[in-house]
Amino acid sequence: MDEPVLEARGITKKYPGTTALDRVDFTVYKGAVNVLVGENGAGKSTLMKILAGVERATAGTIYRKGQAISYSSPFEARNHGVGIVFQELNLVPNLSIAENIFMAREMKKGRFSVDLAKQEEEAAKALARLQFDVSPATLVGNLGIGQQQIVELAKALYGDVDILIMDEPTSALSEQEVKVLFTIINDLKAAGTAIIYISHRFEEIFEIGDYITVLRDGKLISTAKIKDIDIHWVVREMTGEEEKPPPPRDKRTGKVMLEVNHLTLPNDTGGFKVNDVSFTLREGEILGIYGLMGAGRTEILECLIGAQPDARGEIVLGGRKVVSTRIDQRIRDGFSLIPEDRKQQGIVQTFSIADNMTLASLPRFSGRFSISTAKENEAVDRMIRELFIKIGSKKHSITSLSGGNQQKVIVGKNLLTNPRVLLMDEPTRGIDVGAKKEMFDIIRRLTDAGLGIIMVSSELKEMLTIPDRVLVLNKGRLTGEFEREELTQARLLMASGTK
Amino acid sequence: MDSPKRASSLNLLIQLRTFGVLILLLVFFSIMAPNFLTAGNVPILAKHIAVNAILAMGLVFVLLTGGIDLSIGSVVGLAGMIAGGLIYEGLDLGFLGYTIYFSVPAILVISLLMGLLIGMVNGWIITKFSVAPFIVTLGMMYIARGFALLRSNGQTFPNLQGSAEHNTTGFPILGAGRILDIPLSVWITAALAIFFIYLAKRMPFGRHVYAVGGNETASRLSGINVVRVKIWVYMISGFTAALVGLIVTSELVAAHPATGVSYEMNAIAAAVLGGTSLAGGRGSIGGTIVGACTIGVLNDGMVMMGVSEFWQTVIKGVVIIAAAVLDQVQAELQRKSAMAKLEKGS
Repeated sequence: MDEPVLEARGITKKYPGTTALDRVDFTVYKGAVNVLVGENGAGKSTLMKILAGVERATAGTIYRKGQAISYSSPFEARNHGVGIVFQELNLVPNLSIAENIFMAREMKKGRFSVDLAKQEEEAAKALARLQFDVSPATLVGNLGIGQQQIVELAKALYGDVDILIMDEPTSALSEQEVKVLFTIINDLKAAGTAIIYISHRFEEIFEIGDYITVLRDGKLISTAKIKDIDIHWVVREMTGEEEKPPPPRDKRTGKVMLEVNHLTLPNDTGGFKVNDVSFTLREGEILGIYGLMGAGRTEILECLIGAQPDARGEIVLGGRKVVSTRIDQRIRDGFSLIPEDRKQQGIVQTFSIADNMTLASLPRFSGRFSISTAKENEAVDRMIRELFIKIGSKKHSITSLSGGNQQKVIVGKNLLTNPRVLLMDEPTRGIDVGAKKEMFDIIRRLTDAGLGIIMVSSELKEMLTIPDRVLVLNKGRLTGEFEREELTQARLLMASGTK
Repeated sequence: MDSPKRASSLNLLIQLRTFGVLILLLVFFSIMAPNFLTAGNVPILAKHIAVNAILAMGLVFVLLTGGIDLSIGSVVGLAGMIAGGLIYEGLDLGFLGYTIYFSVPAILVISLLMGLLIGMVNGWIITKFSVAPFIVTLGMMYIARGFALLRSNGQTFPNLQGSAEHNTTGFPILGAGRILDIPLSVWITAALAIFFIYLAKRMPFGRHVYAVGGNETASRLSGINVVRVKIWVYMISGFTAALVGLIVTSELVAAHPATGVSYEMNAIAAAVLGGTSLAGGRGSIGGTIVGACTIGVLNDGMVMMGVSEFWQTVIKGVVIIAAAVLDQVQAELQRKSAMAKLEKGS
């Protein structure tokens, strides 16, 4: 223990306009789990990518056994003994385990042909080290997600890799699979492998971590041994603030308008993306939904808007049971969704600002046959005024706008459908600080008019300041519900990471 | 503040590009082939263009959604064979021992309904089973062609004048008739163009078509019934294909099962020349008509100049690729200027 195998000194990474990492030092210890934590945008992924050779640092040096080294590709990083397992699996499902492990570094027999037998023999050894008893000739596509994760590990570890970077390795795993993974991690530790472990799940950190490094806004905040600290310390270091309840909000919520009972959405593998979730929403209330990746946040909104045909459960809106199944019908019922990924799901890139805004409500501006340009223009102008959207002309392409203004156009599009419940999935993702504040002002104004809002966000700060009430999800289950007065970071984080 | 003006003038330039080529071609051919722009030849040229323009206008709706319809050439042939067969020998109800004959209007309606039905089947399979439009309509291309051949066992239905006895006369009017000295098919093209432009630009359906091609997920989440939109666009292209089948058959006064082979390619070429993106979301009826005119003028002009048929084929191919390349270059330029503007703004 306490023997450094890799030291990064003064790592700085600049992107046009921002500094993602600012002179960060990071030490990786041999035979230990080195945990890296921080809020979204703190610089964890950037640091990880630099260590793995995916990106190059603008400044700073990496030392390996006291020697300065440099590399500029994951392949070169591997030659220095650094391997990485990304959060998303990078396996080819229609090839075997062995073929995946030796992808792009095939063992050759003679000049041209691949030595399949040798590869499988080596792969079998690699799998055996991970206590994984499956034939290396098995197709990866036939394995479960947890098993594929182990194949990724074998692939990353193959060769002389003694530093392994794992980015949120448990986010897609079941409880059982997590146990298996932790056993493997402990074995690797015992064999002297250093592990860099990035996670948002606090319980995990305390279960297997040895050292912890906290980043905030691209800067190194503190390092410690896990045994010396507790969860409150982590929250404090991550956010830079003492935990205190959020400022009270002048709440004028009305009667219950939406009831969701036993909402359930099965996944492909026999489990559930949303598992028996029930909640209510009041008029004028902002209900936050918090959870880590894969917790089922987005899926709940998709169930409500009708984009998940397999969803089961009861939805009661304004005292009437919702029976429609299609999205257009749900929009008529009074639901409206601002999707998570603006580019992929929100805007139509080929359309103008005005055309994007009226897309969901064209029948309202149409007579028997044609769209009334006058009515359409009037509605668009009204939205541009009310939402303070800054544009040159509404006929410009939507892509000419900044992210924040694009998002406002999407909000306008949703409001033009006259919704009763507005579903917002990460409404502030990818927009600047000023636009965020404006977005929250808009959200508050909307609730004054009695609109109910369900807001999903992975930003802790937003969850602590915006909603009247927060639901916490973990792997599809409702694991916490907090009134505004009860909200603390530690409570949200604990609820989102408990098993 | 001057940017909207600049953007629109740039846009105009793009639209006018093919138009400019068309004018150049017209000038070129009227010099090289003195008979080209004469009162005798123009109606013939117009009829050639009309057939491809109708086909391409229907197809554009499919292309706008990001799909493709390869079956239209075969539907042209099948529609002709159905109409021709009904006129030539009626519907043989052998088991009842007699044959029924339909009037010409009824025959037209039956053929057009067949076109709609084939389009509906295309769209239904594409949306219901999420099969690539290319594959489904390729299969339908063979199926429709096969049925066209089966209808007459590969033979031609000749001399479709009809008979007064069965009340089946009048079919050739569609292809040979004129109003104000302008061929009927040109009137049909004009009427369809007006309707389709209205449909594309003024009706919610048209907006939905463009939206589905621009971003299908966003359209779906905005409450657009993407499945219905897609089925409709294939019905439109099936309809126009059947209409073209009737016109061509009427012009020839004979139905041949191989009619319409590779027509789909000419229609795609016209749409692409007119600025339609095969990725969906971009294109227009007006542009497509210009594209169809360009191809028609190029074809007929080269024939009249006496260019070898084989060279004609080569030149047509070069023009299509050049148009597509130019489109990409133009789009790249636009993107760059937009980016520059954005950076300057922020």
